[in-house]
Amino acid sequence: MTDARTEIPTGEQALERIAALRAPRLLRNLELSLMLFAIAVGVGAVILVDLGVRDRVGSELVPSGAALIIALLLLHVVIRRTAPDADPLIVPIATALNGIGIAQIHRIDLYYELTGWGATAIRQIVWTLLAVVIATVVLLVIRNHLVLLRYTYIFGLVAVVLLLLPMLPGIGKETFGARVWIEIGAFSFQPGEIAKIALAIFFAGYLMRNRDSLSFVGKKFAGIRFPRGRDLGPLLVFWLAAMSVLIFQRDLGTSLLYFGLFLVMLYLATGRTGWVVLGVGLFLAGGLIASQVFDYVNRRFQNWLDPFHDMHGVSYQLVQGLFGLANGGMTGTGLGQGFPQETPLAQSDYIIPSIGEELGMIGLFVVLALYLVLVARGMRIGFASTDDFGKLLAGGLAFLLAFQVFIVVGGVTRVIPLTGLTSPFLAAGGSSLISNWIIVALFLRMSNAVRSRPKMVIRS
Amino acid sequence: MNKQLKVVTRTIFLMFIALFFAVTMIQVVNAESLRANPSNQRTIMNSFDIERGAIVAGGEPIAVSEPSNDAFKFQRVYSGGDMYAPVTGSFSRNQGVTGLEQSMNLPLSGTGSSQLLTRLTRIVSGQPPQGSSVELTIDPVVQQAAYEAMNGLEGAVVAIEPKTGKILALVSTPSYDPNLLASNNEDEIIANYKALNEDPNRPLLNRAIAGDLYHPGSTYKLLSAAAALESGDYTAASTFANPDKLTLPGTSSVMQNASRTTCGSGDKVSLETAIVQSCNIPFAELAAEMELSAIPEMAAAFGFGQELEIPTVVTPSVAPLPEDKAQAGLSSIGQLDVRSTPLQMAMVAAGIANQGRVMTPQLVESVLAPNLSTESEFSAKEFSRPISEKTAAALTDMMTKTVSDPAGTAHLAQIPGTAVAGKTGTAENGTDENGNDLPFTLWFTGFAPADDPQIAVAVAVADGGGAAHNNEASSYELTTAIGKRVMEAVFGQ
Repeated sequence: MTDARTEIPTGEQALERIAALRAPRLLRNLELSLMLFAIAVGVGAVILVDLGVRDRVGSELVPSGAALIIALLLLHVVIRRTAPDADPLIVPIATALNGIGIAQIHRIDLYYELTGWGATAIRQIVWTLLAVVIATVVLLVIRNHLVLLRYTYIFGLVAVVLLLLPMLPGIGKETFGARVWIEIGAFSFQPGEIAKIALAIFFAGYLMRNRDSLSFVGKKFAGIRFPRGRDLGPLLVFWLAAMSVLIFQRDLGTSLLYFGLFLVMLYLATGRTGWVVLGVGLFLAGGLIASQVFDYVNRRFQNWLDPFHDMHGVSYQLVQGLFGLANGGMTGTGLGQGFPQETPLAQSDYIIPSIGEELGMIGLFVVLALYLVLVARGMRIGFASTDDFGKLLAGGLAFLLAFQVFIVVGGVTRVIPLTGLTSPFLAAGGSSLISNWIIVALFLRMSNAVRSRPKMVIRS
Repeated sequence: MNKQLKVVTRTIFLMFIALFFAVTMIQVVNAESLRANPSNQRTIMNSFDIERGAIVAGGEPIAVSEPSNDAFKFQRVYSGGDMYAPVTGSFSRNQGVTGLEQSMNLPLSGTGSSQLLTRLTRIVSGQPPQGSSVELTIDPVVQQAAYEAMNGLEGAVVAIEPKTGKILALVSTPSYDPNLLASNNEDEIIANYKALNEDPNRPLLNRAIAGDLYHPGSTYKLLSAAAALESGDYTAASTFANPDKLTLPGTSSVMQNASRTTCGSGDKVSLETAIVQSCNIPFAELAAEMELSAIPEMAAAFGFGQELEIPTVVTPSVAPLPEDKAQAGLSSIGQLDVRSTPLQMAMVAAGIANQGRVMTPQLVESVLAPNLSTESEFSAKEFSRPISEKTAAALTDMMTKTVSDPAGTAHLAQIPGTAVAGKTGTAENGTDENGNDLPFTLWFTGFAPADDPQIAVAVAVADGGGAAHNNEASSYELTTAIGKRVMEAVFGQ
């Protein structure tokens, strides 16, 4: 054998070697190369859109796009400094989805010949820039996710206040029958998007503290153990406040999303299947009653069951989306070669059919797979997390993402009735981008804690 | 808590599997039928850039795409003009696509699923995409004869080969020139469309298979007689009371025969005489004796109320269930709420001619790929079998007598050396505000030769023949002569 055997490592050296084994530095370089690849995908898609629609490459997206790339690289630097062990896939996936979204939005802009600040793609890039900066700030400010636990009730309150904002006269705005926007000057925002994170933090904090009493104390009725009012009460109050506001605002998609979040987090904390069954049953019953009582709910059911009975009227958008998807077929028409503009809201609620038309089933599968990997990374953080709060929060946020994708994509593909929600990272809309990038920051922070822990143990 | 996380992860996987499945269903499995949906504008827009296949009748192209030097690359030209407009329809950039241009758009633009291989070969070899051509079942000689016979009249003619269902002629007049809507100048199209749409003669209506539908009048008695014979309770010799006036049961309205007298002499009249002389009263009596649903059911078996695509969509004819015996009496002679397309009445004649088997009417003989290989070919399909061979033979016999008997209403349809079967119809359309009768709708339907039918025809002329006939033409003369001329066109070849 070699002389190496004679070189007995000192204690310090051995520790360093073990640490290097446990958390390879390659992680950040892997992240950087994947990020560059994701950026290349976005830029390439924009170029293909330009070539497809007008046979030349324009320069209008260059300044804002360059600024966004710088912000993304800055985020990467901050990750290297403050969360060196964070999961390397999260930011590249968010970047890729965001880039594909910007390219598709740009494609519709070109059809409508929108330029400057009128161009949705430029506004989307600026919103993404802002969202990435906010994510960076979140990462810098919150050095440990357990800090959030301290402000459990504050977050609950923030969620309800945010949801109430659109009801305020003067700043609230009604669009397509739903009152979910606030508008101050030229600046409009959907506070419900941010509220979902605050609500998830509140649920996680509250359930962590009370999971034992929720699970084991209380009376049994019809085979299901119901918790005491004082344990479940505060939770129900916040949740009911959120739900009633949403129902009042006629925002079916968001209410469904929050309901799902509530049930899943309750299940994560207590492991009681009976409650989930009860909750889903109540929701279906409520939905059936609502479809009989409220005309606008009933219409959505009708469109879902038979979109072709009134395809020039109420189900025009749904049918156009289906036609667009069919036009794309397996391989798609190619970027800039289809007719996604035929579908109303092709940049926001209907961006999934737009992408499906031009990139085909294969393109949609890639997008869905990206979402799935991102969600899986989130769940993984939940599995690996050593504290209950981290498990609940990571699991809740991952489910939130997955469920939102399910509601949106399922709505346009007739798996479930159509409700208005945005596809995370893809659809045009600033509030949604900011909230999803905050989720990215929280994932980064939590994954860093999970992965660096073994090293800390060894060091100590 | 990891157990719960595992369950939630599995749920998420299931949700995504549902999404993958739904996307595959829409984009691959159901894509073809979604693309073929008549309301799918994308399919039409996709076909603008493609050299569209020709529509061919009897070896002659009646619609072709010619290269143009403008932004659209191609220009659709209809050499068939007005005569073929009800068949071809028009391929318009901004006023919709109609007729076969619409219903056969997938093969014409080369985007159907059977053309996948052709399409891929062309992509690989770098050739520009090209649509397939569509060969029609139309016999240009019959089409020409029918179109000329309808000159100056408003109405439609449909001729079918009874044994196969091939449509030999499909004419609707007044017609329009599809070239007016197919130019590459959008302003021109819009102006032309507006003019055509506002034309009081309504040239855009396809009266043969759609339009407002017509009361079939006495041609509908064939279905009433079919219902009676098929029930087994009646034969051609069955007799009915023969008054010159009949008060409809439960009402004060009085029905008369067209002659305003009795149906021939004698107290009793046979079913056969009622058909030959086209009397109304015996049929009202017959309808009152049968179940109210008997005649509408027979009509439905022949195609009334049924969806039909030839492959252009046909408006279903209607034969509602009468509420009482009075309504049944009026319905039995093709009045009240009974309405029919000329195609439907041609199907009735063809079904009787073909020993009780109605063949599905079809317009497309074959689809030929750009390399002239056959992508699809005509195959005869049975539509229904509403009556037995025996009933069909009895009806054929009565219809033949209607032509051969000097007192028969259709005796002017006689063709020397050929046994012709026929039935006329004169449908009332109510009265105007002054109480005067509105002009009648005139009909003839029949087939020939009676023993080995080559052609079945239905002729409908609106407004009693129009101004040229002072709105008072008779079905015994005008439509019967047109029917004869169209049938002769087959034998003249």
